[in-house]
Amino acid sequence: MTEQLIFERSRPGRRSYAQAPLDDITGAIPSEYQREDVPVLPEVSELQVVRHFTRLSQQNFSIDTHFYPLGSCTMKYNPRACNSLALLPGFASRHPLGPASHGQGFMECMYELQEMLKSVTGMKAVSLTPMAGAQGELAGVAMIRAYHLANGHEERDEIIVPDAAHGTNPATAIMCGCTVREIPTDSAGDVDLEALKAVLGPKTAGIMLTNPSTLGVFERHITEIAELVHDAGGLLYYDGANLNAILGKVRPGDMGFDVIHLNLHKTFSTPHGGGGPGSGAVGVGERLKPFLPIPVVGKSEQNGAPFYDWLTEDDLPQSIGRLSGFMGNAGVLLRAYVYMRMVGKDGMKRIGEFATLNANYLEARLKEAGFELAFPERRASHEFIVTLKNEAKTLHVNAMDFAKALLDKGFHAPTTYFPLLVPECLLIEPTETETRESVDRFVEALVQIREEAKIDAEKVRGAPYTTPVRRLDDVKAARQLDLAWKPGPSANS
Amino acid sequence: MPFIPHTDDEVEAMLGAIGVNSIDDLFNEIPRDLLIKDLDGVPDALSEMEVSRMMRERAARDRGARCFIGAGAYEHHIPAAVWDIATRGEFYSAYTPYQAEASQGTLQTIYEYQSMVCSLTGLDVSNASLYDCASGLAEAALMAVRANRKSKSRRILLSAGVSPTYEKVATAIAGTQGLTFERLPLDLDTGASKPGSLNEQGEPPIAVVIQQPSFLGVYENVDAITDWAHANGALVIAVVNPTSLAVLKAPGSWGAAGADIAIGEGQALGVPLSSGGPYFGIMTCKSEIVRQMPGRIVGRTTDLDGNPGFTLTLQAREQHIRRSKATSNICTNQGLMVTAATIYMSLLGAEGLRRVALTSQQQTAKLLDLLTSIKGVERAFSAPHFHEAVIQLDRPVGPVLAHLAANDVLGGFDLSKTYPELGNALLVCATETKTDEDLDVYRSALQDAMSAAA
Repeated sequence: MTEQLIFERSRPGRRSYAQAPLDDITGAIPSEYQREDVPVLPEVSELQVVRHFTRLSQQNFSIDTHFYPLGSCTMKYNPRACNSLALLPGFASRHPLGPASHGQGFMECMYELQEMLKSVTGMKAVSLTPMAGAQGELAGVAMIRAYHLANGHEERDEIIVPDAAHGTNPATAIMCGCTVREIPTDSAGDVDLEALKAVLGPKTAGIMLTNPSTLGVFERHITEIAELVHDAGGLLYYDGANLNAILGKVRPGDMGFDVIHLNLHKTFSTPHGGGGPGSGAVGVGERLKPFLPIPVVGKSEQNGAPFYDWLTEDDLPQSIGRLSGFMGNAGVLLRAYVYMRMVGKDGMKRIGEFATLNANYLEARLKEAGFELAFPERRASHEFIVTLKNEAKTLHVNAMDFAKALLDKGFHAPTTYFPLLVPECLLIEPTETETRESVDRFVEALVQIREEAKIDAEKVRGAPYTTPVRRLDDVKAARQLDLAWKPGPSANS
Repeated sequence: MPFIPHTDDEVEAMLGAIGVNSIDDLFNEIPRDLLIKDLDGVPDALSEMEVSRMMRERAARDRGARCFIGAGAYEHHIPAAVWDIATRGEFYSAYTPYQAEASQGTLQTIYEYQSMVCSLTGLDVSNASLYDCASGLAEAALMAVRANRKSKSRRILLSAGVSPTYEKVATAIAGTQGLTFERLPLDLDTGASKPGSLNEQGEPPIAVVIQQPSFLGVYENVDAITDWAHANGALVIAVVNPTSLAVLKAPGSWGAAGADIAIGEGQALGVPLSSGGPYFGIMTCKSEIVRQMPGRIVGRTTDLDGNPGFTLTLQAREQHIRRSKATSNICTNQGLMVTAATIYMSLLGAEGLRRVALTSQQQTAKLLDLLTSIKGVERAFSAPHFHEAVIQLDRPVGPVLAHLAANDVLGGFDLSKTYPELGNALLVCATETKTDEDLDVYRSALQDAMSAAA
């Protein structure tokens, strides 16, 4: 089932002639700067390339082919129109440094996207430039830090992070030159308020929260937390990873957050692309507006018509600066824009509702089937956690085994072993675009795997069997590093 | 309901299974006073047909100009197969290959990508990409700090032709950790870093960044700067254009020991200009410092049956394992762009990429000859150029560019703000996509603009 490397198909002198210039070339490079060796790129025909990468694509699970309930990743359907419209020649061929006069169509979309995002988040201003959620986080914490510095509070460099947070939260705080204070979660899945009070103080820069949290529950004390943090002089950062759960129902701005990032590739359905590109727009309340990353799209009037232009260093002198070479992942932003226009005002609300309905339904079905929930007394948000610690103990089949066995049943695995504080956990997020039937089939698959484990645990521990490869030796991968193909002595012969 | 498949009957049955009466009941843990009624700022839904018509009209407004701007983003021909394949749903709608067995397509593609860019840059290992080259410079600078613990400096020295935007981005991202960026002075005759200026440095920097070809399109003496850096205990970060590496000396061969880290803007490898993104950042390095590298890395290993397979590796560097002690907060790479670039490099091969590079150099040379035949237009530098070059006008650049744009010629990047020492300077670029006729159109338009504004 494995596919040869493209290099192994290479033959000296073979070429895809149509794809490169054919003419006699007079261009030249001074000899002292020339390279002497020829780079090792494959020498293959166009058909070979098409066949190779088509076959490779077929070795992937994807939303388009499989139910993909990967918790905290919001693997919902990516509408085709979003892609084809973002790739219209007028958009795809526009140079990022082209004048605004030749980009009004694109910039109008971006301005309207900023406005829509303000509305769904309850924030006062939006910058679209961060290129991924993690970069949005970086922008957010950098703004918090810049705000304290501008107010003469250099000592405020502590970022509070709950233990359930995504790993990017603490890593981001460190990248912004801050220190991290971790606080525990209480047994019901809410932030431990006493622990929070204990760490708040004159060094507090802010707190980073995901709400609903990565435990799949809504933080019920959010209003109180906001008051406590603000009273201590800190600001609140909202990690938008789970916004899908509450879209159109409740807004981070109304909860008291001062800055948020959005994962447009989650909530607004831009493609995950096999691991990016993402897009991590940030929104801010009034006091962080001066610090927004640039560029931002502004709107004015010219000859009685609207005119869109970039706001840059001159317009936002206190900005934390630029985070990308141009203006972030523009093509991703266009896809999010098209999606939001097709979903519309009422559709936004339904996203939160049906994502929550699917998750709670799936949770109820799994509970009924005898699986243990991490927070059985709580309402699920758009995702929830099952702990397989009983199965691990009695059947000797752990969460990873279940995950791998699911692949054989035609399901992508949920998120495993995250959040770190629930043992043997599966974090399951069905999203609103799945039918009841596919959710039901997923329940049946988990039940089947448990039955199979009772009969032959060893077999389940050996899963998957039907994928292009079986379980991989990660230890060998890390110890005997093979990170790039190199031609052997007889290569190309 | 767009993209939501539930029928009314199903909703009823599902609510029953949960044991609630309505969907609203599912939100009963949210404080009542926080619930909202309406999203005023979002318009009503459009059908796919309506949104398509609107987007086509807007896209049409952005079309039609001949573009001679480069400055970090380059128009190259993109073979039809590149995006036909890259947007297959199995690539487009998959996620990070955490479940390796279900992601071999993405993983093998990344491994092949890593192999190709290692060869182009002449270095040992590559990651699965960064967001873009500008943010890549910040990551490379922070990586150099981790990899060069002997140096006490927090100063990064830049060659004169490092993109001013890259410097701004690196400062915004890495400046919060105390790194500072300084530039070597520009030699106004050659456009490269001033020879001898290295010896005017005080405390040696922790790393030296050399962009080749430079932002201004000329070549730096990479061997001499690399050797100086190493002799002074600094690491060398190469900033390269991947197209140029088909013909230019690879960073791994710079000087006696080679650059330590190479970064580059990957956009030229089959990624559309698309108003600035998504692009991707290339990053490769010597194997000694791979554990300091940020971002995802794919390795080849074997499965239970001994068959070869691919998996994410060295994850102990990353945020989801190391949290606050990670090499970076970076999470995603630019997977889909890397897929496109791998297909692009496979289609072109070394010979095709060489032809793109040299044809681009040739068309820029022709363009320079044409433009400097106009009175009041001169070449800024005496030294050879790659596929971009600086011209100087006898008047301010802004109005001339506006005149050109009114005639649908985007004439280049105005340097008067970023390189004021060059006067009325304009950075122009012609790649293989520009025909001789295109070059003539630019020449006549500039001729008109110069007569009109005189």
